[in-house]
Amino acid sequence: MSDQDVPAQPSPGPDAIWVYAVARGGTLAEREAGVSRPDDGSGTNEPLAGIAGRPVRLVTATDLTAVVSPVDLAEFGEEPLRRNMEHLPWLEAVARMHHDVVSAVAKMTAVVPMRLATVYRTDLGLARMLGQRRSDFLAVLGNIAGRSEWGVKAYVEAGGDLATPPADRGSGVAVTPGSGAAYLSKRRAELTAAEGARKAAVASAKRVHAELAGQAVAAALHRPQDPRLSGTGSRMIMNATYLVDDRDRVSFAARVRRAALMNPSMRLELTGPWPPYSFVAPEPGAQTIGAGASR
Amino acid sequence: MTEGTVPDLAIDEADLAIDGAWDDQAVERQPIALVDLLDRVLAGGVVLAGEVTLALADVDMVTISVRALVTSVSALAGQEQDRAP
Repeated sequence: MSDQDVPAQPSPGPDAIWVYAVARGGTLAEREAGVSRPDDGSGTNEPLAGIAGRPVRLVTATDLTAVVSPVDLAEFGEEPLRRNMEHLPWLEAVARMHHDVVSAVAKMTAVVPMRLATVYRTDLGLARMLGQRRSDFLAVLGNIAGRSEWGVKAYVEAGGDLATPPADRGSGVAVTPGSGAAYLSKRRAELTAAEGARKAAVASAKRVHAELAGQAVAAALHRPQDPRLSGTGSRMIMNATYLVDDRDRVSFAARVRRAALMNPSMRLELTGPWPPYSFVAPEPGAQTIGAGASR
Repeated sequence: MTEGTVPDLAIDEADLAIDGAWDDQAVERQPIALVDLLDRVLAGGVVLAGEVTLALADVDMVTISVRALVTSVSALAGQEQDRAP
């Protein structure tokens, strides 16, 4: 990647087409007169805005419909995209706008979310690709209809942190200067205990994952997130996600709650419902629990 | 594991109910953490060969974004320390 950290400054250029998601033709087409946010009962069906506030529209090919909006090639062409993706505020804004549109249409019908930064020059090019991948899309749509993704993250609380010497943790235990052997012995015992606690938590996380996967249609593991990102000093040992029938969402959340009750050695976090981002790729993620936890 | 094999726990459930951490409706109202979102929009979703972004499909975008995120978080933490009295 280039070291240039300057976001591309677009002077308005020709448009390209940003693709958010694909649905079965017809399910969205009847709303084509302005794709709208789901009726929230307020009576105002405001049109859906996409990236940079530009209007979302539909591109239909055979029996599939893509949800798209125009983007400026000066900002979203291949080269500017590469630079901009490295610029976190830009990436965050685009990721959130992408997600807003995907989740809004996911509330109307089953949709296959696109990976961020799927950009076409023309409707025709997009339609051609939809035609080529038609059977893949239909198969995935059949699998995700009436289902949502739920995320479950497991953390080992502070104390399982191998990197921090006890003196830095404010444990209140004074280390007498000069008692080097005693310090090392204590430190070794702490490391052994911490490693034991981490291994026990990883084993618990594997059991929890197996149980939750048994309650779900499908399960996948993401890479554990960097400990610096949680900001709490706790270490993520599992970053799992599950495809759950919408009619089972209450009982699935209850399962997670019970797993949290029964496994006090770790902290569990539930997120969702997500559009089925993690369950539309041909090959699911090949992460394993505990891998990367000692990075 | 079936319902019958899990013993009821004598834990004060009010402790867990307070923040709604396990209620599906309450969870749905939580703000979305950027890192959770990036896990999904950069590593998940269907990869279509876009006309413009063909080459991007080859890039490990999760690595890029996490590097960007960590760099940014570190920068923020540094700023906080600078401001501390």
